[in-house]
Amino acid sequence: MAGQYLVKIVKKEQLGKEIFRLTLHAPEIATTARPGQFVMLRSGGLLDPLLGRPFSLHQCRADGSIQVLFKVFGAGTKRLAALAAGDQASLIGPLGRGFDLTPPAPGVSLCLVGGGMGIAPLFLLAQELKRQQPGLTIELMLGARNKAELHQLADEFRLMGFSPLVATDDGSLGYAGLVPDLLALNVPSAGKARRVYCCGPKPMMAVTANYCQKQGWDCQVSLETMMACGISACLGCAVKGVGRRGGQVRYLHACKDGPVFNALDLDWTSE
Amino acid sequence: MRVVEQIDLKVKIGSMVLNNPVMTASGTFGYGQEYAKFVNLDKLGAVVVKGISLKPRAGNPPPRLVETPCGMLNAIGLENIGIKAFLQDKLPWLRGVAAPIVVNILGNTVEEYAELADRLDNTEGIGALEVNISCPNVKRGGVVFGADPTMAAAVTKAVRKATSLPLIVKLSPNVNDIRIMAQAVADHGADGVSLINTLLGMAIDLQTRRPKLANVMGGLSGPAIKPVALRMVWQAAGAVRIPVIGIGGIMCAADALEFIVAGAHAVEVGTANFVNPRATEEIVDGISLYLKTNKISSLEQLRGSLILS
Repeated sequence: MAGQYLVKIVKKEQLGKEIFRLTLHAPEIATTARPGQFVMLRSGGLLDPLLGRPFSLHQCRADGSIQVLFKVFGAGTKRLAALAAGDQASLIGPLGRGFDLTPPAPGVSLCLVGGGMGIAPLFLLAQELKRQQPGLTIELMLGARNKAELHQLADEFRLMGFSPLVATDDGSLGYAGLVPDLLALNVPSAGKARRVYCCGPKPMMAVTANYCQKQGWDCQVSLETMMACGISACLGCAVKGVGRRGGQVRYLHACKDGPVFNALDLDWTSE
Repeated sequence: MRVVEQIDLKVKIGSMVLNNPVMTASGTFGYGQEYAKFVNLDKLGAVVVKGISLKPRAGNPPPRLVETPCGMLNAIGLENIGIKAFLQDKLPWLRGVAAPIVVNILGNTVEEYAELADRLDNTEGIGALEVNISCPNVKRGGVVFGADPTMAAAVTKAVRKATSLPLIVKLSPNVNDIRIMAQAVADHGADGVSLINTLLGMAIDLQTRRPKLANVMGGLSGPAIKPVALRMVWQAAGAVRIPVIGIGGIMCAADALEFIVAGAHAVEVGTANFVNPRATEEIVDGISLYLKTNKISSLEQLRGSLILS
């Protein structure tokens, strides 16, 4: 069950020019969170920036710590990047619906597709899938703007026993192009049915969702939206769903109905 | 040293008795249940639920939110489940909460407000109605009810006629003179006024030269608006005899107490719930502690105690 906690920053790592990873001591969350769930994190006591920021859980560890991974983008992330080990932060979580981990039909392989900071939740997801379904093939496809943003995360996956395929926009590491392109590459599992778990920038997820739909594959996407509360009170995190409800547009809410959605439930034509 | 035996935090709005002056602001607290795992709802003065309309409303397209300095803009578009689903799915759970439940209502026409009030009248488990008049009147070319004293009075009168429940009218700050609005609704049967609703604002993304909200304009809330809210509450409290409920950027007990000094009987806590889900309960405790520490035996002693000379 979600709770509100004042927690201590255990460690801060800088993984790239503007990429940071915070380790926070939050045993209540570490022991109960499921892959794809998120937390609202806020540097405590300030009126500006006012709101917490939603982060999907990057790692939950046996020592009771959790990790979030983020890129400095605005005032909130800038403030969080300025925190140091020993500082306190306010945390609400675990929140939302995570990924669906039910075993796929026989012969279906699992494929995790992450772009940029969307790679963050795939760590927890990959570990949990491997633990729950040890016999299954788990493919990993990771993309980022360049080598500097990707190589450490890809290396960490290798240390965990995965063999990620990588793509960069500028070709400085792996395939030069977009990560969803990797789905069409001639790899051992090509041509076989896959279940795709995807997280990344919206255009990248739209391409992935579209490709999966054409192939008839199950595709789960984890969305990132602006949120004020994270607990379904503000209704600010609306995303357009397919179909209509009572003659009106059908909005879903990322904090409660998501942040992980079946790609077929979302209207990818809207902005 | 005189020991204060018991702190009286009770407040009366019409016939509704609150155990303390801390209420939740509509639209920031869901239907109460969302906060039950963070806050002991029984300890609050009252729970004001998300605004309800006759028919469900889908709300505005995203983006609906943007953070601004010390505040936020929202254009949710009054998304709600409608009166039928509220009565069926939400109210039964709310009946188990010890604090009075205040139902916020909104409509497109005077008749819709009256129909909502009529349907909520005689419904078990409702402490009061709060009328959101910051909605466009579709019969008057979309002019907001709360921007015109005649229309605000007409809504109040119609709702008053439809129900014997205590009636709070929530005022819009987007007016020339808040005193005229407060008087207009007080003269037509309101038992209290709550203010302020959000201030109309906007935000622009310079890179794309687009508005940051899909709706272009939105309502500003949070600590940024507290000085404006305090001023308007002070003006309204001087203009009407009915209780004034202060709303606007209340983040902590000290903020709430400032509104009481300005003349408010009670307060509503809004945006603070997003930042700190426990805010309301902490404010109740903070008010008690302040009164104890300062040896003030009742809220009444503090209310409207602003020293001007």
